[in-house]
Amino acid sequence: MNALPFIVASYTVAAVVVGWLCVDTLLRLRKARRRLAAAESGRARR
Amino acid sequence: MLPCFKPFGLQTTGSLLYRTAVDATVSPPRPRGWHRFANPGQFLRLAARVTPPVAWAGGILTAVGLFWGLFIAPADWQQGNAVRIMYLHVPSAWLASAGYMALAACAVASLVWRHPLADLAAVEIGPVGAAFAALCLVTGSLWGRPTWGTYWVWDARLTSMLVLFFLYLGHIALIRAFDDPQRGYRAASILALIGVVDLPIIHFSVQWWNTLHQGNSISLTSAPKMYIGMLAPLMVSALGFTLLFAALVLARLSAAVMERRTRAVLLAEVRSA
Repeated sequence: MNALPFIVASYTVAAVVVGWLCVDTLLRLRKARRRLAAAESGRARR
Repeated sequence: MLPCFKPFGLQTTGSLLYRTAVDATVSPPRPRGWHRFANPGQFLRLAARVTPPVAWAGGILTAVGLFWGLFIAPADWQQGNAVRIMYLHVPSAWLASAGYMALAACAVASLVWRHPLADLAAVEIGPVGAAFAALCLVTGSLWGRPTWGTYWVWDARLTSMLVLFFLYLGHIALIRAFDDPQRGYRAASILALIGVVDLPIIHFSVQWWNTLHQGNSISLTSAPKMYIGMLAPLMVSALGFTLLFAALVLARLSAAVMERRTRAVLLAEVRSA
């Protein structure tokens, strides 16, 4: 049996799963950093 | 005496003894060893320094390992080119197991020392570990079709790996299921400790039962049974995936600590207003 379609499918699934994890983590980290900075600067102003 | 930590947002950290010491204006005992990282500020400083190089090293090593495995490593005499799926499948299987081991370690730290970072780490390790367990199952299935002629068999190794995936899902659901997070942390810690029994079953399943899944090619106690031209890209890929896993957990944990801090700051403002 030709293994190529299975190899392509495996690497595509891996790219999607790991890519989604990385993007989700980066976006969450950026949002958390921004919100913390805003909350702390708001407290400092008051 | 075991150190005990208070939740985030409260500035006083320590046990009754610690508070008595503060009242008596005696300097508080400083947490020693890895307990120092129970301090969220200290953890955030360390994570900010460590995470970017770990993530970059993980990304580069993963890319090198997978490129090597896909285009340079030879095809297997029996499996043919399907062996190239192994460079994804094996590291994801290792990391799914290692992630659950880390979850169990967090459960011990949570139940014994009430370590707040251990609770947050358990929340963050769960989805990452589940993603790698799912990746292991899917890539294993896609490898099984050209090699065994079937996507799935109820073989001991495959079934115990599926149980591990369900344990991850149960942990993710349970830790978020309570209005009081402390109850969720405790319930999920107990589940993590019970579920850890699945790890030796996964590891030894190929020895204990007559399985379709092949036996271990790599062992800590004996020489590898793999050709070095295949072993090297597998090791590079496994190291890369491990660093990537660590970077993802560290980054998600940092985000969780910041989210808690933000909530604590906003709550303090509401209370003072």
